Amino acid sequence: MHYQRVKYYQTGTFTVGNRLLDESNRTVQARMDRTNSLNSGHRACQGCGEALGARYAIDAAMRAVDNQLVAVNATGCLEVFSSPYPESAWQIPWLHSLFGNAPAVASGVAAALRAKGKDHIRVVGQGGDGATVDIGFGCLSGMFERNDDVLYICYDNEAYMNTGVQRSGSTPPRAWTNTTPAVGPSPGNPMGVGKNVPRIAMAHGIPYVATASVADLHDLEAKVFKAMGIHGARYIHIHVPCPLGWKSDPAHTIKVARMAIESGLFPLFEAEYGRVTDRTSIRRKVPVERYLELQGRFAHLFGDPPDTEAIRAIQAIADANIDMYGLLSEEGQRGT
Amino acid sequence: MERKPFAITLDPGSSLANHTGNWRTMRPVYRDHLPPCNHACPAGENVQGWLYYAEEGDYERAWRVLTNDNPFPAIHGRVCYHPCETACNRGQLDEAVGIHAVERFLGDYAIQQGWRIEPGPPSGKKVLIVGAGPSGLSAAFHLARFGHAVTIYEAGPKPGGMMRFGIPRYRLPREVLDAEVARVEAMGVTIHLNRRVEDLEADIKNGGFHATFLAIGAHLSKRVEIPGRDVGRILDALSFLKSVETGEPPKIGRRVAIYGGGNTAIDAARTAKRLGAEEAVIVYRRDREHMPAHDFEVEEALEEGVLTKWLRTIRQIDEGGTLTVEVMELDKQGYPRPTGRFETLEADSVILALGQEVDTRFLRKVPGIEISDDGVIQVDETMMTGRTGIFAGGDMVPAERTVTVATGHGKKAARHIDAYLRGVRYVKPPGNPLATFDRLNTWYYTDAPHIHQPYLDRVRRQTTFDEVVLGLDESTALLEARRCLSCGMCFECDNCYGMCPDNAIIKLGPGKKYRIDYDYCKGCGICAEECPCGAIEMEKEIR
Amino acid sequence: MKQQIEGSQAIAQIVARCRPEVIAAYPISPQTHIVEALARLVKAGEIGRCQYLNVESEFAALSALIGASATGARAYTATTSQGLLFMAEAVYNAAGLGLPIVMTIANRALGAPINIWNDHSDSMALRDAGWIQFYAEDNQEAVDLHALAFRVAEELSCPAMVCVDGYVLTHAYEPVDVPEQADVDAYLPPYEPVQVLDPDDPVTIGAMVGPEAYAEVRYLMHHKHIKALEAIPRLGTELSEQFGRPSGRLVDPYRIEEADTVILALGSVNGTIKDAVDDLRDEGWPVGAVKLGVYRPFPAHALRRVVQDAKRVIVVEKDLAIGHGGIVSSEVKMALKGLPIVVETVIAGLGGRPIPKASIVRTVKAAFLEGLEEPHFLDLKWEVVNKELRRQEERRRSGPTAANILRETGPFGVRVL
Repeated sequence: MHYQRVKYYQTGTFTVGNRLLDESNRTVQARMDRTNSLNSGHRACQGCGEALGARYAIDAAMRAVDNQLVAVNATGCLEVFSSPYPESAWQIPWLHSLFGNAPAVASGVAAALRAKGKDHIRVVGQGGDGATVDIGFGCLSGMFERNDDVLYICYDNEAYMNTGVQRSGSTPPRAWTNTTPAVGPSPGNPMGVGKNVPRIAMAHGIPYVATASVADLHDLEAKVFKAMGIHGARYIHIHVPCPLGWKSDPAHTIKVARMAIESGLFPLFEAEYGRVTDRTSIRRKVPVERYLELQGRFAHLFGDPPDTEAIRAIQAIADANIDMYGLLSEEGQRGT
Repeated sequence: MERKPFAITLDPGSSLANHTGNWRTMRPVYRDHLPPCNHACPAGENVQGWLYYAEEGDYERAWRVLTNDNPFPAIHGRVCYHPCETACNRGQLDEAVGIHAVERFLGDYAIQQGWRIEPGPPSGKKVLIVGAGPSGLSAAFHLARFGHAVTIYEAGPKPGGMMRFGIPRYRLPREVLDAEVARVEAMGVTIHLNRRVEDLEADIKNGGFHATFLAIGAHLSKRVEIPGRDVGRILDALSFLKSVETGEPPKIGRRVAIYGGGNTAIDAARTAKRLGAEEAVIVYRRDREHMPAHDFEVEEALEEGVLTKWLRTIRQIDEGGTLTVEVMELDKQGYPRPTGRFETLEADSVILALGQEVDTRFLRKVPGIEISDDGVIQVDETMMTGRTGIFAGGDMVPAERTVTVATGHGKKAARHIDAYLRGVRYVKPPGNPLATFDRLNTWYYTDAPHIHQPYLDRVRRQTTFDEVVLGLDESTALLEARRCLSCGMCFECDNCYGMCPDNAIIKLGPGKKYRIDYDYCKGCGICAEECPCGAIEMEKEIR
Repeated sequence: MKQQIEGSQAIAQIVARCRPEVIAAYPISPQTHIVEALARLVKAGEIGRCQYLNVESEFAALSALIGASATGARAYTATTSQGLLFMAEAVYNAAGLGLPIVMTIANRALGAPINIWNDHSDSMALRDAGWIQFYAEDNQEAVDLHALAFRVAEELSCPAMVCVDGYVLTHAYEPVDVPEQADVDAYLPPYEPVQVLDPDDPVTIGAMVGPEAYAEVRYLMHHKHIKALEAIPRLGTELSEQFGRPSGRLVDPYRIEEADTVILALGSVNGTIKDAVDDLRDEGWPVGAVKLGVYRPFPAHALRRVVQDAKRVIVVEKDLAIGHGGIVSSEVKMALKGLPIVVETVIAGLGGRPIPKASIVRTVKAAFLEGLEEPHFLDLKWEVVNKELRRQEERRRSGPTAANILRETGPFGVRVL
């Protein structure tokens, strides 16, 4: 994602705000009048990456469309922690229906708005990786295929966290979950499984697909803004660490997400009409161990002796991403 | 909507009723830490504080914050050995921030803009300062801001002390010195030149002074016994530099040997070169690594063609200018030991740069003032001598002898004098813990290499007294200021505000920083972890 | 104006005149002619700005309508059988959220074995989801019930199904009067939702509700159905005044006066039953009939009032609660509790099995003469069943039951229809 490069401004665009930058280079999150679409008092765990990612994305979307936004939410952590009776953390019109139907519900909202001549009101569908990659995948694909005017955001924390950490189609190789326990000859999730939904989204030929991370707010917001400037089906897949399920320090949520980017395990890229159009380059490349070692779900890889074969295999995935998306290119360097 | 369905439909933002703060076991607190630059500054400058405004391009505010502590930024930007930069945490990241260059820019900009500082409301108290060097002038400045009437008695023909007579003008142009001194005078400080104090008590009594600050510096060159040293042209470095300053440079000949390894030796060698010496050779008993002179000054001297003879001691000076030098070697502790091997060296003149001493003669008759064996004045922690009401600072007292240390003494003494005059005791507020490098999250700082100041071309450096190191212009000074990491001091980057998953940080607006809403803060610690400058701490929650 | 028209086309026309704003549907026989016709009307711009979503499943169809309805749009779909089961989760959800979606069920049997013909297994399976269920006797009623369904659903904020027997009605050509647009408009005002997703007045819809309030929410859904028992006749009367035909009767008696025995049924079979009643009356048997026009809410009081003087109620139902027997008859028994009335269950017409008038007449007479076993399976081929049961007893791996029965009954479609 390219936005204006800002050199020599102390922290440039790495921090949330920067008093030295002009308004256009600051984030929505830095604004005193940000909508806080997801309000305080929600019941997410300490250091929840999804709560953060959702506020980032929805606040940006709100700003992009002058608050004319409706959100549809799949069942999952985000839904449960934000809307248990009698209190809602949402400050926007928000609808939760079921686990597997959020994209379809969002399509229906968009259709209703079109029917009512209120096309200026825009629709976001959102859910976790379970709702997106697995149970809601059919509805998602249908929404894409029809090119319905919906931005669907997947907050990917790589397992079913709401139900107590079970494997999803987005759980990474070798990760512990309660249904891929760290026992036996090859502990954790098997190698060579899982679903790359951003690529599948691209295969639908929709106008816009992007990946983003809570560790790169400027990049994330720029992508949401871009997405909201386009009509038709759009997809943003946001990497959101889960301290509970990843067994990471709640304080390390951003750091873990950052290491995923810097190792190449979570490539940040954009695609339009099925083609990759841009990528956000790695700034300070790290070996995958820097990412893995922050998380207890990979602790079995660092026993005595360490599982070097597994670590090598995971590094190979990172290297393949780096190669595939050109993650070390100068062009994709972030605004420093 | 009046008929909202029960329970399944909720009012927006109603979660505010749920105070998640009671989940917390650790609580974040904003805590300023002492930036290492501030910690290292002998003048007690709030370096981070003034860089903060310089970063914004608010140079006047930056200058005013700076001059709260140090009235001479244009001077210090040139002659201070900037221990701040040695301490700068950015040095561990790439290169230290060029603090002195920004300080110099601010100082020069202030002179150009004619910014002034007003004295405080008159207190009715009179203070005598003896000596118009950096320490005396600094004290005068601060005392004037406290509203006291300050009179300076200066023995020399011009104010500035060592800044004028010890530091060559290619390092400190005199118009800069004059401008910054004039600004202090403009605050109502009276400087009597060529006014040597012989009878301190009489002067105090006659002038009706309520307090006195002694700051006469160390102007006597140390002597050394070298057989035959009366033969040939032998000068001491201070006199040599002073004579150049007063426009009566001595004849030094084609080949000049400078004996010593301090900054004064370097200054003397470089000055000799500029006066036309073909060879200026520094003779020093240890090696470059062990020289007290600052390395960058040695480097500049070498660039200008100054020669060196390391590990040599002058044993004899013969008529006709032949020096006999003994080769030395260093023991394990770095002390030089004679080897018994000798060489000769030809020199038309020899400049001795072996250190300075305080001229304490006029104080010997003042009761209560204690002079130690090495000829410096003893003061207590308030900088007061054994004689009530008489304070001392600068090179006269035991301390490192630099312009910056002296300037710092002037501030410190002024605070205590002010307290003394008001019949109270100045107590320094407790300091913040040091902002160490490990507190920083350096990910957030942009990669920004140090901007080096330009230099005068070599030929002009060898032949003129034009300033060697040139200044940064506004744009480059601004960028250098922005390299500051603001260690331990919140600079409102909004990371805490933006990265709190619970919106529990309240942004109070530009310049007002933030407040933590403990009703909702769950104590996850992301704010502390992701604070670039380490200004948030996690403390155990006590309920 | 009456026209000779296929039931599906007539339903599509009345739905169109109800001015839906979003239609989402997934094709499944025998619903297809309805949605094809609506797709054509939408595409031709004949239903205003109505959007037609060609979704990828019935689950998506109803899900999209949940979104549309929550956004304040009048929303419609049609499905049947497996499609209804596939959207089951959303069926419950739409009711729980109180969204007045209208859905046509072209009633069809449930698999396995897969079977595309008519019975009521599908809508009965979802009878407790919280939707109002209308059952049409003929295509005129089917048409009128759609207008009524929208009106009732929107007044109560409760979704409604209009159950129309698959093929029997959907593919039948009958003279039908589809009300004119002006009459429909006069009857059905624009949808005024009680809640809507609106950026200017945001609400959170679909909260998670725990033990402290869930029961109350469910009761309130039940309460809507209690209110519907009053609203349906009232709004049906309004409809009658507008369209000139009776409508909205919860229970519809036929020659009930002095009837010793009353035959009760849902849907199109009531036509055959009325003919049987006529024949039986001609022969002097004191028999009448009652049609249940609304199954949810269950019109217990109305039913009780209508049949209170009878001695026997024979429930002819096109469904089977496996392991129990009659679904409708069980509820009828509860409704008539305390009255000296015998309730008999006749399971009939499963998977499209014809319900001939003669079989009804024979069964009613049997009930008079010797009583019926409980439940009674109308025209069940006991010889086939018994033979298969014997085979299964002999060999555990006896082969697929359906294939065996088919082998017994002959080639597909020859002896069944």
